[in-house]
Amino acid sequence: MMTERPLTRNIYPDRPPMNLKEYEKTGGYAALRKVCSSMDPAALQKLVQDSNLKGRGGAGFSTGMKWSLIPMNDKATHPKYLIANADEMEPGTFKDRLLLEGNPHQLIEGMILAAYAIQADIAYVFLRWAYHEAAALIRKSIQEAYDAGYLGTDILGSGFHLEMYLHTGVGRYMCGEETALLNALEGKRATPRAKPPFPQISGLFGKPTIVNNVETLCCVPHIVNNGAAWFKGLSYSDDGGTKVYGVSGKVKRPGAWELPMGVTMRELIEEHAGGMKPGYELKGVLPGGASTDFLTTQHLDIKMDYKSVAAAGSRLGTGTMIVLDSGTCPVGFVHNLQHFFAQESCGWCTPCREGLPWVEKILLALEKGDGKPEDIELLQMHTQFLGPGNTFCALAPGAMEPLQSALKYFMEDFEKHVEHKKCPYD
Amino acid sequence: MLSTTEKEAIDHEIGLVPHKRATVIEALKIVQQHRGWISDDSVEEIADYLGISPAEVDSVATFYNLIFRKPVGRHVILLCDSISCYVMGYKSLYAALQHKLQISFGQTCPDDRFTLLPNACLGCCDHAPAMMIDKDLYRDITIEQLDDILKKYA
Repeated sequence: MMTERPLTRNIYPDRPPMNLKEYEKTGGYAALRKVCSSMDPAALQKLVQDSNLKGRGGAGFSTGMKWSLIPMNDKATHPKYLIANADEMEPGTFKDRLLLEGNPHQLIEGMILAAYAIQADIAYVFLRWAYHEAAALIRKSIQEAYDAGYLGTDILGSGFHLEMYLHTGVGRYMCGEETALLNALEGKRATPRAKPPFPQISGLFGKPTIVNNVETLCCVPHIVNNGAAWFKGLSYSDDGGTKVYGVSGKVKRPGAWELPMGVTMRELIEEHAGGMKPGYELKGVLPGGASTDFLTTQHLDIKMDYKSVAAAGSRLGTGTMIVLDSGTCPVGFVHNLQHFFAQESCGWCTPCREGLPWVEKILLALEKGDGKPEDIELLQMHTQFLGPGNTFCALAPGAMEPLQSALKYFMEDFEKHVEHKKCPYD
Repeated sequence: MLSTTEKEAIDHEIGLVPHKRATVIEALKIVQQHRGWISDDSVEEIADYLGISPAEVDSVATFYNLIFRKPVGRHVILLCDSISCYVMGYKSLYAALQHKLQISFGQTCPDDRFTLLPNACLGCCDHAPAMMIDKDLYRDITIEQLDDILKKYA
């Protein structure tokens, strides 16, 4: 059976993405026409809630539920904002790039629909600085959408108005955290904000705001066109839809593929990624980016959906996995991750600012052969100290996920570094 | 003094947001685009123009890694040092670049041709190792390709 790939069906690697006319020919903006002529915002919110679409940025929160928390009608203050989080910067993650460069109008239509559902006045694409090609494409596509009357005043005669802008960032992982992203858009340091108030109530410039991931927004036109039941039916699991999965590391064919939500890790690695390169064995997997817990060969048959990956002790995260092979030192691997997190800590709260560099230094000492037996205990202790509840945002707890699971599955490797006073993989 | 072109570009951004202060990042990007980097004088000029303190502007300028508070060379090499590129061998690429250019991370060639910087994940992990020179992305790089790549930048 051919599996359906609504998000990537019209994306071809060696062809430029569709312009507005071509997008319309493949059914583009039909969802917007349908909504503008026959659905009110409440009905669209309900449809998306019924589809069981969960946020594809990493947290996996119900999109319809998120939207339902925004004040509507006379309870709302304006302007309200809708933001596409295109700040893809989780190491090992390259799925949104595919959608941004492959079909920018799909994102824009998804954003207009989401904005309609929450009655937003202004929409932003918050794009990662490094995606220069995507920036040019989105700028051009936004202009085409304005020219066609899909943006601006009284869209398709519905009385709905929306302005859309592209904002390109200037670096920092923190910008992907939704409240830090809001600070960055306000021209400030990208430090996280205290919640509550949640952005739905007080977000960008203190106004009601929804931030959704690129892949999440790209699902919306297809849900409108084909219905909630169809969207749920695409999936092998309780979570609706397809998922853009990815595999990187020493596999034969690294890449990204849109597949039914809930395919197994084995199918992804062995079938789509072609298995390991000759001479390398699979040792571990970060299933959804740098800030997710390791899984190992014993987990290959779990389904890659939110619930199943969580039950196995990790997180689906972004769904783009990084493979740890038998020739790569797990301690060096985790040191690289902690270097990233220590560098990207915004410095706002003390445990993260001070703790992550400490963890990084201990791991470096172990790699160099200067580790002491008590260092392993220190690392264990930090996975508690920097864990959930002790820091201002999720950055440090996320950083601890690969560390705590490396200590669980690869303890022998850590101990060998101390015993032999050198990295056994060198 | 901000140039007329710089001011016009900043004014356009000011028109899009509820208050001037929100354009600090855009203003820094605009000035850096014209001058290559952000000097202390640039910080003060932006602060004056937006009606905020230089310290506020600098707090933003120093937070974001692609706002350069030191002069950089004519071309900036951003070598990805994140996890997939680590697994796929960015360290040997770094060693080769150090040898060829005689500079390490954070340094600029004496003739100002290149500045070499480490960079977090460039989002093309399926084509690791990767690096970016100015706005050009290079993927699946081998040491053998480096000379040909570097030759393109005078």
